[in-house]
Amino acid sequence: MGKTIIEKIIQAHTKDDVEPGKIIWMDLDVRSARDFGGPNVVKNYEREYGDVPVADREKTFFTFDLCVPACSLKYANNQQVCREFARKQGFKVFDVDSGIGSHVFIETGLAKAGTTVVGTDSHLNILGAVGCFGQGMGDVDITFAFKTGKTWFEVPQTLKVHVKGTLSSPATAKDLTLFILKRLGTQKAALKAVEFYGEEMRNLTLAGRITLCSMVTEMAGIIGFVPENGHALKAEMEKLSGEKYSSPVADKNCVYSDAVEIDINGLPPQVSVPFAPDNVQDISELKGIKVDTGFVGSCTNGRTEDLALVARILKGRRIKEGVTFKVVPATKRVYEEILERGILEDIFRSGAIISNPGCGGCAEGHIGLTGEGEVQISTGNRNFAGKQGRGKTYLASPAVVAASCLAGQIMNPEDV
Amino acid sequence: MCERREMKETAISGRIWILSDQNGRLIEDIDTDQIYHNAFLHITEIAQMGRYALGNLEGWKDFPEKACPGDILVAGRNFGAGSSRQQAVDCFIDLKIGLILAPSFGAIYFRNAVNSGFPVLICADLNRHVNDHLLETGDEIRVNFQSGDALNVSKDSLFQVEPMSSVQSDIFMAGGLFRYGRKIQD
Repeated sequence: MGKTIIEKIIQAHTKDDVEPGKIIWMDLDVRSARDFGGPNVVKNYEREYGDVPVADREKTFFTFDLCVPACSLKYANNQQVCREFARKQGFKVFDVDSGIGSHVFIETGLAKAGTTVVGTDSHLNILGAVGCFGQGMGDVDITFAFKTGKTWFEVPQTLKVHVKGTLSSPATAKDLTLFILKRLGTQKAALKAVEFYGEEMRNLTLAGRITLCSMVTEMAGIIGFVPENGHALKAEMEKLSGEKYSSPVADKNCVYSDAVEIDINGLPPQVSVPFAPDNVQDISELKGIKVDTGFVGSCTNGRTEDLALVARILKGRRIKEGVTFKVVPATKRVYEEILERGILEDIFRSGAIISNPGCGGCAEGHIGLTGEGEVQISTGNRNFAGKQGRGKTYLASPAVVAASCLAGQIMNPEDV
Repeated sequence: MCERREMKETAISGRIWILSDQNGRLIEDIDTDQIYHNAFLHITEIAQMGRYALGNLEGWKDFPEKACPGDILVAGRNFGAGSSRQQAVDCFIDLKIGLILAPSFGAIYFRNAVNSGFPVLICADLNRHVNDHLLETGDEIRVNFQSGDALNVSKDSLFQVEPMSSVQSDIFMAGGLFRYGRKIQD
């Protein structure tokens, strides 16, 4: 019997025979925690294991990305607890200047195709974008992983999604992602790995793959893979790592639990309506909804390509008076790229606030909150009630957010 | 913390709370920000977490005052969707909740509960039982997590849940992943 991608990656990390539904013990190539969860890991570790060294300090990391730099004494203390533990143990901290941990792992080559990476980030399955099995876990799991380098895991079934057709402007990878989320909801991919196929999938850039794979979490899935690699992705990955890029592929005779076809021909921009990410509608149904705030960033849409698109729309224009527009690059490297390419200047001159890299805009803290009655349009991945404050959050592509900030209302980028 | 738990029977009993909306339907897709809001993620002491349980879920914000040790939560599909935060499990450990039953859980949430030695069980027919009033808030139930046999003591009716997997049961019986880890290393 052949194997799907997740089955292959897991099989390469366990002595047990891998089949869907079976619980196996798996070796972990990277074990990490963030500034949320990290201090809990330290506390667990010291209580359970005292001064015993971690299993492998070269494979153990902290990534501070949620409240960076710390916006309150509590977070400052928590980050310092982590730093001191890492110093004592002799492992690396990607500190408050670095950006979103999952993206840093991709940029530094720590998340390689075919490897296993865990951390206290529920969107760590974003690493499926580069053929890596990333998985978010809680602090007990991660403590155990620091100490042993292993975890137990139930091998998931795999869902095959065939995306039919191609995107046409102004639709982007985010619109495709929201549309797939609308179609799969939180049931069809629940607790499964997903493999996405089709012409548009093959042509997706790294940023597009990151957008799609990040929201497999909102589909209640374990991880998503985009197995077919076009030239654009290969070139981008090889530029990043300096190595030839190839990602795992499924065996021809592997078994999928189910197959779904989704047609994206003629797809208009999509918007997720509060308070559930899968509550997705065509943008034309939301005409005239006024927005107070726009946000572009997050692990879903904080890449250079996302910000370049925003800059193209905003260049030489001013955002609507009274609208606050916040931009958060995913990483320090993205920040540097937008600086060098003039993207930062175009966005800044439009009237935006551009902060340092991190998870700001999704996690509470770093770049503010929404107040009662405030309407926000965001490129983030979640719009659950109360997550980013008391206001209402709509989810959309960077292009739709930029257009909406120019117009002061939810707006198709074609119409500005 | 969970590892203080000394009860090692194969059945769990308690009074149930049906996590329902105003129409009496189980609320689905309750995410970890509704269970334990990200504003309190700086807290690392489990003893301080219970007071925030369900603190961002409309209609349930007073749950920490109402819940008694040993109570059982009956929740909707995809309970614990969203983030990886252990606090969304730990807050119920602090309140000494005895069990959470749901038709399905968020993947990370389920693992976190298992690793903490906190019992979570799947009951595929839960919506039907709730809609047919076979399970109502305040009922006493008794669930055998190894056989899957469950009894509504108050209504003298039987229902079924999925038994724990061997790993879940082993970790639960050991009193959490850390103790289990020591056991398998010995």
